[in-house]
Amino acid sequence: MATTTPTRGAPTPPPGGVGAVSKEPSVWRTRLWRLDDKASPYAYIAPFFLIFGAFGLYPMLYTGWIAMHRVEMTSLSQSEWVGWDNFAKILQDSEFWTAVTNTFVIGVISTVPQLLMALGLAHLLNYKLRASTFWRTVILTPYATSVATAALVFALVFRADGGLLNWVLHFVGIGNTDWGNGEWSSKFAISAIVIWRWTGYNTLIYLAAMQAVPTDLYEAASIDGATRWQQFRKVTIPSLRPTILFTIVISTIGSMQLFGEPLLLQGGTLGSTGGSEHQYETLSIYLFNYGWKLGHLGPAAAVAWAMLVLLLLIALINLIVGRVLRKSAA
Amino acid sequence: MTTTSPTPTAPDLDPAPLPVTPGTGRRRFKIGAGQQLKGGPFTYAALIIVGLGSVFPLYWTLVAASHDQQRVLDSPPPLLPGGRLWSNLQSAWDQAHLGKAIVNTVVVAGSITAATLFFCTLAGYAFAKMRFRGRGALMTAVIATLTIPPQLSVVPLFMMMADIGWGGKLESVIFPTLVGAFGVFFMRQYLLEALPYELIEAAKVDGATNIRIVWNVVLPAARPAMMVLGMLTFVQAWNDFFWPFLALNQDNPTIQVALGQLSASYTPDQSIVMAGALISTLPLLLVFVIFGKQIIGGIMAGAVKG
Repeated sequence: MATTTPTRGAPTPPPGGVGAVSKEPSVWRTRLWRLDDKASPYAYIAPFFLIFGAFGLYPMLYTGWIAMHRVEMTSLSQSEWVGWDNFAKILQDSEFWTAVTNTFVIGVISTVPQLLMALGLAHLLNYKLRASTFWRTVILTPYATSVATAALVFALVFRADGGLLNWVLHFVGIGNTDWGNGEWSSKFAISAIVIWRWTGYNTLIYLAAMQAVPTDLYEAASIDGATRWQQFRKVTIPSLRPTILFTIVISTIGSMQLFGEPLLLQGGTLGSTGGSEHQYETLSIYLFNYGWKLGHLGPAAAVAWAMLVLLLLIALINLIVGRVLRKSAA
Repeated sequence: MTTTSPTPTAPDLDPAPLPVTPGTGRRRFKIGAGQQLKGGPFTYAALIIVGLGSVFPLYWTLVAASHDQQRVLDSPPPLLPGGRLWSNLQSAWDQAHLGKAIVNTVVVAGSITAATLFFCTLAGYAFAKMRFRGRGALMTAVIATLTIPPQLSVVPLFMMMADIGWGGKLESVIFPTLVGAFGVFFMRQYLLEALPYELIEAAKVDGATNIRIVWNVVLPAARPAMMVLGMLTFVQAWNDFFWPFLALNQDNPTIQVALGQLSASYTPDQSIVMAGALISTLPLLLVFVIFGKQIIGGIMAGAVKG
């Protein structure tokens, strides 16, 4: 690449085609050029790192400091050292562990079906279709919807009395589930919202990866007598492996953060405790409740650090699974 | 952590310079043709079912927004629109101060989008086409920030904003999101292909400074990608909920925050809540209907290359 980048400080002076030719010693000019070349890239990427440093990295570290202090919402400027007390407080709180479990369970039952459906749908969309853009747009429409809108509509659909879903289900004789109040049904309801909003997005990501698979692979496979299903299993899926891992990571991080869906699932004020029995309380809700409803920012910061630890654990698991998959493929 | 995000992103940071053929200056987002096997009746049937599932909740938002609350909560629920749409929209508008909320949301989403486009194009260009020490490591750092959830920083962020006098103000929502890792990565991927080194060289030979090159060469070449990134950013900023909900208060909400507060009031009228949801979603649906193709192309382009 060095050959393609012209070295501007080089002895040959820049042709003076632009404006007046300067008579000044070209040393200055050369120095300026060189400074421009050296500094410009850093100047161009600086805004990202400044913003991230100020509003991402610094607060993240600051979270650790707050987690060791008593800071109340009512007097933000006062803080008092309490050491590990905040961590002890949340780790001894059974509600915290409920939230951890809920986050994990909802994460699994929303991510797995979502990605499987997206894979199948991408396969369908990869066929030559009439009005293919139309189908893609239709499947992506939920992406245009906000968490708030989606959660509020589904709240009505999942209502116990007079909800749309129960009304449909009563035709097959199972129409009296109290979706919001059940231990499992409420988690299903939340993952339904997640699945609805994100399947189309993941479908497009898979579709893009599928279209990058070279056609000769399929031709070779079909010459060898592979059926379509075998082609899907043996050609498409292996070629998609990096993309699949990518979507798993992204969806996992996303499901760690679920907030709007549980907050608004039942309307009213139930959301801030994740339901009457905390049956769908996630970690974000727990954090919000501690910090913004009860006003104790110290424990809320401790929850944030617990989330970081969980995230690292998940990353580790991903790493190991990825290794194993790669080995089994080799 | 970065090692685990096995990305399409794991970027080849030193791509061979592109063979420059005349006219490669612009790459349109193209939707490829795929395997070229034709879809059969089963394919269409499946797509129709999934398509109905995708659209129905939105349709039903409209239905619920056009009846009175009594009828919405009835069993069987209404399946066709009623006649109270207009009055419900008006009530929602008044009760949740949606007028102010919409103005706020336009300000927030607009300024975030403008800043993101500018800064991400600059950074994307630097990462794609300029040589500097630490480029690979810095790009990895940018991508790594994608894996950090906002939850990790909201508590101190809230305190910082109160400290500098931005508590409850739109600035507290705008500034943290001025430039994002996805945008930097997206512009970089696009410019790697769409901007031939020859153009930059030619400008340099003509004696252009770097900033002139950005203005006269990079920005025009980046325009198609900027349009797509702009729409993706706008949609995201418009729909953002978590941090705005924590940072803003009742008197100064974005539309999503207003919607959340409307539903969290003690006796929310569901048909009016749905009318609010409709108002908050309609502008985006419009964007989608008009630019759907480009948005789809953008998501697909941002996802794979690499």
